[in-house]
Formats: sequence, structure tokens, C-alpha cells
Amino acid sequence: MIDALDQIFVAAKHRLMEPVPSRWQPLVSALLSIVPLLMVFPGLFALTTLLERKGLGRIQNRHGPNRVGPWGVLQPVADGLKTLTKENVVPRGAAPFIHFLAPVVLVIVSFLVYAVLPLGRNMVAVDLDAGVLFFFAVGTAAELAVFMAGWASRNKYSLLGAMRAIAQMISYEIPLILSAVTVVMVTGSLSTVRIVEAQAEYTGWIPHWFVMQPWGLAGFILFLISATAESNRSPFDLPEGESEIIAGYYIEYSGFKFALFFLAEYLGLFAVSGMAITLFLGGWHAPAPWLEFIPSWACFFVKLLALIALFIWGRGTLPRFRQDQLMEFSWKFMIPMALVNLVSAALWQLMDCGPERWLVSFLLIATPYLLLGRSLFERNQFFKRTYRFAG
Amino acid sequence: MSLPFVILALLTAAAAMGAMSLRPLVHCVLALVVSLSGLACLYLQLGAQFAGFAQLLVYIGAVGILIVFAVLLTRGDAMPPRRSLVQGRVFGLGVAVSVLGVLVWAISRSCLMSPTLPPAPVATVEQIGDALMTRFVLPLELVGLLLTAALMGSVMIAMQEGEDK
Amino acid sequence: MSLLGGGILKGMFETARNFFGSYVSAQRLTTVPYPEERIPAKANARQFPFLVYDGDDSQAGLRCVACQICEKECPPKCISIIKSRDKRQDYKGQSQFYPATFDIDISVCMSCQICAEVCPFEAIKMDVEYELSTPDRFGGLWLHKAQLARSSRYYRQIHPQAAADSDGFMAAESSKARARVGASAAPVGLAPQPRHAE
Repeated sequence: MIDALDQIFVAAKHRLMEPVPSRWQPLVSALLSIVPLLMVFPGLFALTTLLERKGLGRIQNRHGPNRVGPWGVLQPVADGLKTLTKENVVPRGAAPFIHFLAPVVLVIVSFLVYAVLPLGRNMVAVDLDAGVLFFFAVGTAAELAVFMAGWASRNKYSLLGAMRAIAQMISYEIPLILSAVTVVMVTGSLSTVRIVEAQAEYTGWIPHWFVMQPWGLAGFILFLISATAESNRSPFDLPEGESEIIAGYYIEYSGFKFALFFLAEYLGLFAVSGMAITLFLGGWHAPAPWLEFIPSWACFFVKLLALIALFIWGRGTLPRFRQDQLMEFSWKFMIPMALVNLVSAALWQLMDCGPERWLVSFLLIATPYLLLGRSLFERNQFFKRTYRFAG
Repeated sequence: MSLPFVILALLTAAAAMGAMSLRPLVHCVLALVVSLSGLACLYLQLGAQFAGFAQLLVYIGAVGILIVFAVLLTRGDAMPPRRSLVQGRVFGLGVAVSVLGVLVWAISRSCLMSPTLPPAPVATVEQIGDALMTRFVLPLELVGLLLTAALMGSVMIAMQEGEDK
Repeated sequence: MSLLGGGILKGMFETARNFFGSYVSAQRLTTVPYPEERIPAKANARQFPFLVYDGDDSQAGLRCVACQICEKECPPKCISIIKSRDKRQDYKGQSQFYPATFDIDISVCMSCQICAEVCPFEAIKMDVEYELSTPDRFGGLWLHKAQLARSSRYYRQIHPQAAADSDGFMAAESSKARARVGASAAPVGLAPQPRHAE
């Protein structure tokens, strides 16, 4: 019974495949893997926009949207209708083809990365040998789409936004990948399915998730911060900083193309959250052995929603970085910490089981953290800023 | 030749030609990126996952973005003068012919031309990783050293500009 | 010396308190869902000026004597008054002009209350009405005498304290005027009602 519920989607797919002639089986199998992804995650996007606006409202002593439908639950429908019915404006100076292509590329790339995320037991679209590599390799194309959008709009704010976005994405991609590499190193595999399998066991009630180990915790936090920066969310939302460059690279987009950018941004957020779950939070495994009756896909989505809530919470709390602070934080804190964490994970892997390796791994992370943190604090005392070009 | 190969090959070749002949610099960069990702897809089609994804990561994620960034930082949309494409036609032809000659020579001597193809080597990501960490560890470290040196050099150049002010 | 990231945790704690507190404490959910609920008006709230009249006839009872002081004092010059040709008696029994037209452009008005400060006749006061949206952004915001007139009862209702002061001032003025004219001349017509008439 529990197993049936756990495998309900896998079984459903097999049932649907039965009547299909063998010649068409690969195509139908691919479609049956892809179409649910294309439906579930945009649905989650709609839900998240609502939850985000409600949550931010509560954080800011407001009610949030409460007009459309009971408690405002139909707000995403209203938003969708609004963007669909708006005029599609292309600036006269824009490069029309690239202007059109940018949001399409962005959305395609955002959907592609879901191929390797294991959403449940036996529920992964493609079990690639180099799944983690695929995730990051395809993800980099998003930067190019952002550049295309910013450049093709022929607007200085778009271009500024695109430059900021690319600089930020390059800087934070390094700690993102380096913190993921620790997990790859410890499991010895680039396959997402294998990585989830490696976190399957329990000691008593405590699961063997990588986040439970010192290097894993540090890696998880580094990964989460970099993921926030990669998906351009507050406090790293400089590329679209509404108060500075209006909307950054998608200022010249209206109507449904704007909605596509919005969609891609949230899809990117879900994808990196899913990756964080896969790498550090045990994928679709339940958090305790007595909770294993919960279907694996439900576990995954509960974890995903928890991470989304964390992102919303952070957005409601933290103010935006300044550009130089952003770069400084990445190159002077995140990357050194990610490298130290790599060494820590390597030592963890080489040492025998026992309290020593906990101590060594912990000290190896805590000491640089304290030292780097102190140096950042000392350097960030208030001082009079001098500008190279402006006054 | 399978249909996917034909499509990918045509796309790659067309994009490469576009990268050479389009006039706005940014269009050239984008065509180059299309061409490089076409190559990555060809690798994937041959079953070389690691090479394909590494190609994507390095050539699109790093090289493409680097070119784009350089374009953004240095100049606007200034069109290159037509003249530069015409000059030195004979020299260009010479280079092209010699490159073609080398390629034809290499292909004709390779195993592709022999009637019996050797069995395709099965290289998993794990094997590549093992090879990089054991047999080819010295070249890997040297490449790392070289890149670090280049990085430090560029930082030095950037810092000197700051001190001049 | 504090730990790097400590400030973030502190901030996160505070926002979490806001989030959960908003479900239980009114202090952490200060926003009011507007059309259904309203915040009660504050004592000195003010939006745009209106003209006070006594009695029941909104035009005959206008206190304004068209002295045009407010028109001259108005910083953005949004008041325009045309004096009448004839005169009529004011609340003190004196013969006075009255405004033939009295227009205020509330798209220009900046709610400074200077017109109400300078008026010697307690004739122009500040309203608290804020739902003034209109489909016509020129004519709809250009208010005439008839639209500006509000009864003195309304004034007592929206600003009880200021209205009481104003009534006291007017009662003193009219009794002074009566004393000057003599006991024979009774105040005519539109004497202000006593403070708590209703």
C-alpha cells in the first residue's frame, strides 16, 4: 500500500506506456517524463508567487493580496490574465530577433535542468552519468540569455542590468560549483541518483544527510547563498534593482515575455533548491526512519517548499547589497571558504570514522570562518568612500 | 549518417560561418556560441557525456561569457569597417588551403579510413576522473599553476592601474 | 566583536516574530483592509477646505463675506472668488458682500490650512473627506460654491473641539456687536446655535 503510493506516478507511466507500439515507446516515454515537469513546476511557480506576496506582507505588517477569491488565493490567475492580455512592446531600436529569443532561451534552459533532479524514488527524467555536471553546464546558458535580453533591448538600464547580472553570476558560480564538488568528491559520483542513494541510511533517528556533517553544513550554507545570488533574489537582486535600474535586463519586456522572465527566475530558484536538496538534504529520503511511510515525492516537495519559505524569509529580511560589497563578499569570503571546505571534505573522506575527524573537519571550517569574518568586519568600518569617476 | 547528426552538423557549420561573416560583433559572438553548443551536442551524440558537458560549461559558460563581457566593457555597437574583410585575400586563401591540407592529411592517415573500425572506447566519467588524478596528475597540476599565474598577472595589471591614479 | 552572520540571524528572528505575530497580535498587523475597515479620523486631520454655512440653506447661510483674504494668502493660488454686487446681512447683523462665485481647484490645493487660519469670519474650514476620486481630472477637481458648502453641524461633527472654539468666538463677536448697536437691535436671522445644539 505504502509502496504503491510511493510509486504511483512511476506505475501510472508504465500503465500508459503499455498500449503504445514499441516503435513509439521512446518518444512517448520522454513525453510522459517531460510533460508532468512542465505542468508541476509552473504550477508551483504560481503558488510561490502567492505565498511569497502573502508571506512578505505578514513580515511587513500587511495582509498581502486578499482581494481575488477567498483570502486572495486566485491572485496568480489574475496576474496571469493580466500579463497575457498586455500589449507586447518591442522598442524600435531593439534587435528584434534576439529580443524575442532571450526569454525563450532562458525558459528552455530553466526547464532543461529539471531533467536530472530526482523528484522521488525512481522519479528522474534522465539518470545521467554526469548529472551534476549537466545541471551546472546547462545553467550557465542562462547568463547568455540574460546578456541577450540586456543587449537586444538597446536601453542603458538593460545593459547595466545585464552587466551586473553577468558579473554577479560569474562570481557566484564558482562557490556554487565548489561547494557542490565537495559532495561529488565524497560520493565519488556525478550522478544525482547515486548522490541521493549515498544519503539513504540512518543512525538511530538521525539521517545520514551530508548537511549533518561539518563540511556538509558549511557546503550547504555556501551553496544556498550562492544559489540566492545565481537566481538574482534579494539580497542579491542588484541586476533588477527596482530602485536603481528599474528592472534591469527585462525593463524593455512587456506582456507575456515579461511573464516568461518571471517564470524563468522562479524556475531557476526551484531548480537550485532541488539541487541543494539532492546534494545536501538527502534528496527524497524521509528525515527519520519512522517517517518513511511518507511517499518519497512528497518528502521532496515538502523540503522544496521549506527551502522556498527560507528564501522568502530571507527576502523579507535582508536589504540589497551594494555592487562592491557583492563582489567583495564573493571573492574574499565565499570562494576562500568554499576552497577550505573542499579541503575539509577531502580530510573527512580520508580519515577513519571517529570523533577526530569530526573535530578536524569542524575546526578546519570554523577557524577560517572566524578569521575571515573578523577581517571582513574590521575592513568594513565606516569610511569616506572615494570614487574614481564621480567627484 | 543519422538525421540528428546531419541537423547538428549543418547547424554547427552554419553558425560557424555566421560567426565569421556577420557584421555586428554581438551577433558574431552569439553565432559562435551556437556553433560551440552544436559541437557539444555532437560530442553527446557520440556518447561522450563528460566532454560534451565540459564543452558546454567551459565554452559557453566561460569563454562565451568572457567574450560578451569584453564586448560590453570595451565598445558599443561600432561596426567593423568592411575593408578589413577584403584585405589580404591571397594570404587568407593560403592559410585556408594549408589548414585544409593538414586536416585532409590527418584524416586520411587516421583509423577512420581503415576498413575495420576499432571498438569504441567506453570512457565513463569515473574513468576520466581516475585518469586525471593518477596518470595525468602532473599535467593537470601544471595547467592549474599556469591558470593561477595568469590570474595573478591579471590582478597585478588591474592593481597597477589603481595605483597610478 | 560579533560573529559574521549574527546580524542576519537577528534580523531573521525579528521578521519571523513579525510573521507569526501578525496572526495573533494587532500590533504586528497594523494595516487595515481599507474599504471594509477604516481607521477612525484623527482630531486634527485635514484634507481640503470647505465653506461653512449656518441654518438650512446652503447658499443663503454661507458665512463667507467675499473679503478675498484667503484668495490672496493661498500659496498655490487655488482659490478664486468673485464678489457679489449687492449686500446681505451676516450673523452679526452687519451688511456684507457675499461670494458670487467661490471656486477651489483641489488638484492645486496643498492642504496647508492657511485659508482657514487667515479667515476672520470662521467661514472656511478644512474637511476630512478623502474619497475624492473622479473620472474628470479637470472639471471634477474644480469645486464650486455649491459643492464646497457644508453645514456648521457637519463642522461640529468632524472637528468638535475646533468647532466649539469657533462657535465661542462667534458668539462673543456677535454679543459685542449687539452691545454696540444697543439692546433694541436684536441679532438678525442666522445667529450661531449654542455649542451643543444637537
